[in-house]
Amino acid sequence: MKRDRLAERLAALGSRPGLVAFACGGDPSPELGPRILAAMVKGGADLIEVGVPFSDPMADGPSIQAGNRRALSAGTTLRGVLDLVARFRRDDDATPVVLMGYANPVLAFGIDRFAVAAARSGVDGVILVDVPPEESAPFLGPVRRAGLHWIRLATPTTDDRRLPHILSDASGFLYHVAVAGVTGVKSAPEAQVAAAVAQLKAATVLPVAVGFGVRTPAHARTVARHADLVVVGSAVVDVIGNAHARGANDIPGEVERFVASLAEAVRTARPEVVA
Amino acid sequence: MADRDPAPSLRTGPDAQGRFGDFGGRWVAETLMPLLLEVEAAWNAARADSAFRAELDGLLRDYVGRPSPLYHAPRLSAELGGARIYLKRDELNHTGAHKINNCLGQVLLARRMGKRRIIAETGAGQHGVATATVAARFGLPCVVYMGARDIERQQPNVFRMRLLGADVRPVRTGSATLKDAMNEALRDWVSNPHDTFYVIGTAAGPHPYPAMVRDLQCVIGEEARAQILAAEGRLPDLCVAAVGGGSNAIGLFHPFLDDPVELVGVEAAGRGLHTAQHAATLAAGTPGVLHGNRTLLLQDADGQIRETHSISAGLDYPGVGPEHAWLKSIGRVRYASATDDEALAAFQLLARTEGILPALEPAHALAHVMRVAPRMPADRIILMNLCGRGDKDIFTVARALGAEL
Repeated sequence: MKRDRLAERLAALGSRPGLVAFACGGDPSPELGPRILAAMVKGGADLIEVGVPFSDPMADGPSIQAGNRRALSAGTTLRGVLDLVARFRRDDDATPVVLMGYANPVLAFGIDRFAVAAARSGVDGVILVDVPPEESAPFLGPVRRAGLHWIRLATPTTDDRRLPHILSDASGFLYHVAVAGVTGVKSAPEAQVAAAVAQLKAATVLPVAVGFGVRTPAHARTVARHADLVVVGSAVVDVIGNAHARGANDIPGEVERFVASLAEAVRTARPEVVA
Repeated sequence: MADRDPAPSLRTGPDAQGRFGDFGGRWVAETLMPLLLEVEAAWNAARADSAFRAELDGLLRDYVGRPSPLYHAPRLSAELGGARIYLKRDELNHTGAHKINNCLGQVLLARRMGKRRIIAETGAGQHGVATATVAARFGLPCVVYMGARDIERQQPNVFRMRLLGADVRPVRTGSATLKDAMNEALRDWVSNPHDTFYVIGTAAGPHPYPAMVRDLQCVIGEEARAQILAAEGRLPDLCVAAVGGGSNAIGLFHPFLDDPVELVGVEAAGRGLHTAQHAATLAAGTPGVLHGNRTLLLQDADGQIRETHSISAGLDYPGVGPEHAWLKSIGRVRYASATDDEALAAFQLLARTEGILPALEPAHALAHVMRVAPRMPADRIILMNLCGRGDKDIFTVARALGAEL
């Protein structure tokens, strides 16, 4: 039986909110990839989300589009992302890693082959942005057989009729897309996040992660008052992109410092559970 | 043969999931799923509503100028020395191409759904112009996404859209052409799900778009079928149309799918199929998922979408409508290609023999007609869709021919 790092970590978090930090795999280079993931953990990320670069990331805003481009121009492939996770796993066998990407690179790789290779590399869950429940049937079997979580997205356009459909095959956690939009552009007001999380919690026992538009420690703190997991993507990718553009020599160090500021904000968001 | 059941109709697709065989579907972000379901339900209700149909037909007649003529091109036929060639004159439509057939239907649907804002992507600018036109006609604000490279090579259409009040937004990502404009339009839609209607310009994208666009473009083939029967008392032997995303081709072909008529779609071979610089998806593509549908794509072994090339901005797209991918897979439609140079030669031939400047897109279809017509006897009939006029392309053609304007 494959070890379920995601369940272990969520259990360990208990009622403390957790931080999910995102980077595009292989951004800015395949060599730096594992060190950047390790830096996110060192900074205090509880889960790691790794983007699989795609030439046409239609659900992503400018920051993650740029991260995809940097990763692709550095020669990153899906195989490369899996290798990167495997290298990260040599020093960290506890932090859950979730892949996030688009269907086409996975289809080109082969769904079965992908699921097996991902599990072997130490991946724990998969989010494919452009695979809604209507198209997910061919993915579910291979992903489950490999012991991976199939993570589903709920959005501001999800209504009560559609939610059960989304939840039917969801595992790991439920990812709530906080705003109708692409990654890293608009942000949801706190009241809206609170209402959405409450609605989802009433429908599922899965932990609820909230992402899209969470860019600062202050905003992460407000989201963490309500969500089980707070996802920060574009802002981390910007730190990498800016450091890379400056020719900075310690990109992992800059990532670690930024993630630490987010982790601190998330950990102290609910004073009642810190004690 | 006589006692065999008639072959099942090829005109019944897609299925309830939006699939044509293995192609099509709804590969979109979850945020868009409820919107697609809403568009699908609204379209099904509208197409069954005689009042909607009557309003659309009235506008097609009085605003677009339909039916477009079916024209026997005598000097072109004589020059090529073979089959009789008929041109379906959709370039005479208001705005100069077939695109408006679809825009009118979709904008009427948007209005029926209470949507207050129209967005579109455009390649050559013909769909953008048609959408901006219809949006102006109904007083709706309109944003058109267009690749920065296409903006450069289609200046007249950009200015035309701006005159019509559209906000033309340059897209600089990727290859800065049609596929990137479509990414950006999808990003806009996902960010404005409640008030915005996305008018997709070709028979691709997520279900119900491929079927809806086809239904709206079928007016081309329905008219042409009746017109050729009236003119010649029989069906044509061959129908030819250019294929980028494939909306004019599916519009012409679909009403002939169950007839004994050969159908050929012509893709852009750019600088040649032996180079990487072409856009012949059906000839060289492999199955994959882009822009909401599973179809044939020009992609690398890692599933990254390749950049394409064609002198025609309207054909410069790495995917193709899913129904074409299916029609190819079952062998009902054959797909050929024509290079930039062949399209340029065809452009000039039609200008000189018939006094018609074709758009560079149907010039590709004509290039194929030039290849096959001379080998066909004089009693054979070719029906070609002249889906757009060439005024927008004169700068591109001038540059290619080394002429100073």
